[in-house]
Amino acid sequence: MAAEAVLKKKDLKSDQEVRWCPGCGDYAILNCVQGVMADLGVKRENMMFVSGIGCSSRFPYYMNTYGFHSIHGRAPAFATGIKVSNPELSVWLVTGDGDGLSIGGNHMIHVLRRNLDINILLFNNEIYGLTKGQYSPTSRLGLKTKATPFGSLDYPFNPISLALGAGATFVARTVDTNLKHMAGILEAAAAHKGTSFIEIFQNCVIFNDKVFDSVSDKKVRDERMVDLVPGEKIVYGNDHEKGLRLDGYHLEQCSADEAGVWDPSTPTAGPSMLFADIDRDATLPTPIGIFRQVERPRFEEGVHAQIDHVTETKGPGKLEDLIYTADTWKVD
Amino acid sequence: MTQTKEPGADLPLQQQEKVVIRFAGDSGDGMQITGNQFTSTAAFVGNDLATLPDFPAEIRAPAGTRPGVSGFQIHFSSSDIHTPGDAPDVLVAMNPAALVVNIGDLKAGGIVVVNTGNFGKNDLKKARLEVSPLEDGTLQGFRVIEVDINKRVADALTESELSPKEIQRCKNFYTLGLMYWVYSRPLEPTLDWLAAKFAKRPALVDANQTALRAGFNAGDIHEMFQGRYEVPACTELPAGIYRNILGNQALALGMIAGAEQAGLKLFLGAYPITPASDLLHQLALYKNFGAITFQAEDEIAAICAALGASFSGKLGMTTTSGPGVALKTEALGLAVSVELPLVVVNVQRAGPSTGMPTKVEQTDLLQSIWGRNGEAPIPVIAASCAADAFDVGVEACRIAVEYMTPIMVLSDNYIANGSEPWKLPEMDKLPKFTAKFRTHVEGETFLPFARDENGVRPWAKPGTPGLEHRVGGLEKEDGTGNVCYDAENHEKMTHLRQEKVMNIQRSIPELEVEGPESGDLLVLGWGGTKGSITSGTARAREDGASVANTHLRHLWPLPPGLDELFGRYKAILVPELNMGQLWRVLRSEFPQHNFISYSKVQGKPFMSFEIENRIKTILEQ
Repeated sequence: MAAEAVLKKKDLKSDQEVRWCPGCGDYAILNCVQGVMADLGVKRENMMFVSGIGCSSRFPYYMNTYGFHSIHGRAPAFATGIKVSNPELSVWLVTGDGDGLSIGGNHMIHVLRRNLDINILLFNNEIYGLTKGQYSPTSRLGLKTKATPFGSLDYPFNPISLALGAGATFVARTVDTNLKHMAGILEAAAAHKGTSFIEIFQNCVIFNDKVFDSVSDKKVRDERMVDLVPGEKIVYGNDHEKGLRLDGYHLEQCSADEAGVWDPSTPTAGPSMLFADIDRDATLPTPIGIFRQVERPRFEEGVHAQIDHVTETKGPGKLEDLIYTADTWKVD
Repeated sequence: MTQTKEPGADLPLQQQEKVVIRFAGDSGDGMQITGNQFTSTAAFVGNDLATLPDFPAEIRAPAGTRPGVSGFQIHFSSSDIHTPGDAPDVLVAMNPAALVVNIGDLKAGGIVVVNTGNFGKNDLKKARLEVSPLEDGTLQGFRVIEVDINKRVADALTESELSPKEIQRCKNFYTLGLMYWVYSRPLEPTLDWLAAKFAKRPALVDANQTALRAGFNAGDIHEMFQGRYEVPACTELPAGIYRNILGNQALALGMIAGAEQAGLKLFLGAYPITPASDLLHQLALYKNFGAITFQAEDEIAAICAALGASFSGKLGMTTTSGPGVALKTEALGLAVSVELPLVVVNVQRAGPSTGMPTKVEQTDLLQSIWGRNGEAPIPVIAASCAADAFDVGVEACRIAVEYMTPIMVLSDNYIANGSEPWKLPEMDKLPKFTAKFRTHVEGETFLPFARDENGVRPWAKPGTPGLEHRVGGLEKEDGTGNVCYDAENHEKMTHLRQEKVMNIQRSIPELEVEGPESGDLLVLGWGGTKGSITSGTARAREDGASVANTHLRHLWPLPPGLDELFGRYKAILVPELNMGQLWRVLRSEFPQHNFISYSKVQGKPFMSFEIENRIKTILEQ
């Protein structure tokens, strides 16, 4: 093998046939992730993909890296054990709205508060796909599915608000129809030291087709979406002529000139929360981009620092000393 | 103090072979500390010993009530003993509730020491008593020593700067001092312990030491007892270095030792649960062994993190009790499917559901062996006593690493919180089973699910170039590990996983029996019942019964040679603290033999006499 061969996108494709439905948004995401990962400067043997159960969770099988396809909802716990055990690994967790926010909701909030240096990709298609079309914890009120023939009565989660509330240090949103944007977000997530949470609007062509079209369709997206870019003005519109700004606790539309400059690192997550709360049925544009980006100590770092500290203070453990303590007696 | 000679030196000193004392009081009275101190001193003297705490699940049940009674029983002896004793010779009762809850267990003619200071009208009411048991004939047939410990402690500590309330907290050390006098125990170990324990509060050291000495001196001054006793050091134990150990402590040491012997770092994922939490507490201390302990958000996350750690090349472990195992079950199935080492500890407690968290039962055996969806075989082993828990911890790591498998380790509340002398292992004789990681591709491509002669797959951890592979819970193609729904492949993989686990039998020794090599009856036990079975069977043998006993450590797969062993006895008695779970396994595995179940499900261990009586009843039929 050539010394330090440069990784190509094709090196990250596994020999397994990809088996998502034709037209599924997952293909675009897989393609984008493979491209970004190849350029990260991380060795392939140090790449680790972890997932739970669901359509999105088949992801690790298609990556020619180390991978663990675990059980429903528990990927954050597996990722925790893996990352704490080997902090050198670049750990990517792939989950969906059902896997990550319903059965695995508890693990999700705890992994976010612990702030391990891992990256979470939450494919949100607002539906259970693998079990063939039941409503999920992000499905809209009134959605008719096999399980809700008369419409869903279940108020949905907003994944971004949830992540912010759980104390996530990097929270972003992107769309499966805008790969350039997605690549930028993935790169920023990889660079972030701490848990990165990325919600990806992902179209389920079979059970919830076009659910994001009102904001993400190419024809409307410039008018209906706003990209939150740290340090840049919050502008949108076909001619970048519109903007958003904060007026006290309210977000308001303004001209591009009057737009606020986006700061995802404010001491509280309050401003991020205001943007997260914009519903896609609202008149204001749906935000994508980086909602939150702050530094906080990482769990695995603390674990190993404590081990090093105790080892330094007490000296490396010796099993014999642990067994043969002071309070022994001898029988002849 | 004007006295120059040791108090009580004039009284006759009688030798006793063994004594059982039960300390009982309110859960705030410090009975566990009292018992533990008596235990440390017995170990210091060189007695063989066995202890059993009995405390309520509530941290502080209402003071003075029956549910709030906390007890600690110690059996100490100059001969080899196996249990904390059937019936106490001495009961120390700090209040009416403690007295009425425990008096039924006291041996006929036994001594009961009563703290009369807590027998006021209000105290009786809290214990739901209308008449004082000191006056209603309850104590007939026992030797009753009445002491107003509340007053004695207050008198002894008149010069202490502590508040009256704090002074009353020294009652347990006065009581301990009294019992030290009766059994001629040295005070130094406890005096030293107090000095170290309260080093930052000299007033507390002084008060408790004074209370201890006052209790000790009172034995003589007040002529409460007719004599003093001596239980000499035990000379029957095998030669070696010993220390007293609790079952949970021994198991935690076994787990860390097992990881060391495998050349791996331990990763413990755990969630707090009675009676297993002490394993987490203890392993959290061993950071200088590189051990990582992770208190997860729930039982499921605990096992999943541990399994993730094993994928990363650590020795993943998780510790829990029955309800926790129920939650971990799906992840355990995944561990079977991905074939990674994982040590799962179940410190059993009484069920079902929350059951009785501080009481003992052996009701999770079938859950351990069979309790998963799909054909998901795992090995199961069980500790038989506190000291044995160390060896079982090491053995669990050996099997997990050598066979790339999850393993269930069963302990129970009785083993976990009971203590006994542990003959310390010789370090160079601990088993070695260094884990082998695959470091490069052998042959054309890396096959993560290829197998060696034992049916074991290779372990390749992330970070190893060229061995990138994926594992998961979907059925795998033989060899490659790729997702595969082929019918014949599934059947083949099911058999391969099963055969791998059954191959463990080759590494297990045959059972040894105590007693006759053949005869009328074999008593076969598993887990924490070993002490009662050993003592009860020995007594039946002394009375001429043709009975032998043996004990299983490996419950799945079972050790080799059982068919031949069972064939040498007319019947096999299987005592269990459940409804006959091992009995069911044995009947299905060895239908040709005659197994008799002896079931007890009271949240309490077997008494030796119960085993003895059952043996005699069976042999009389």
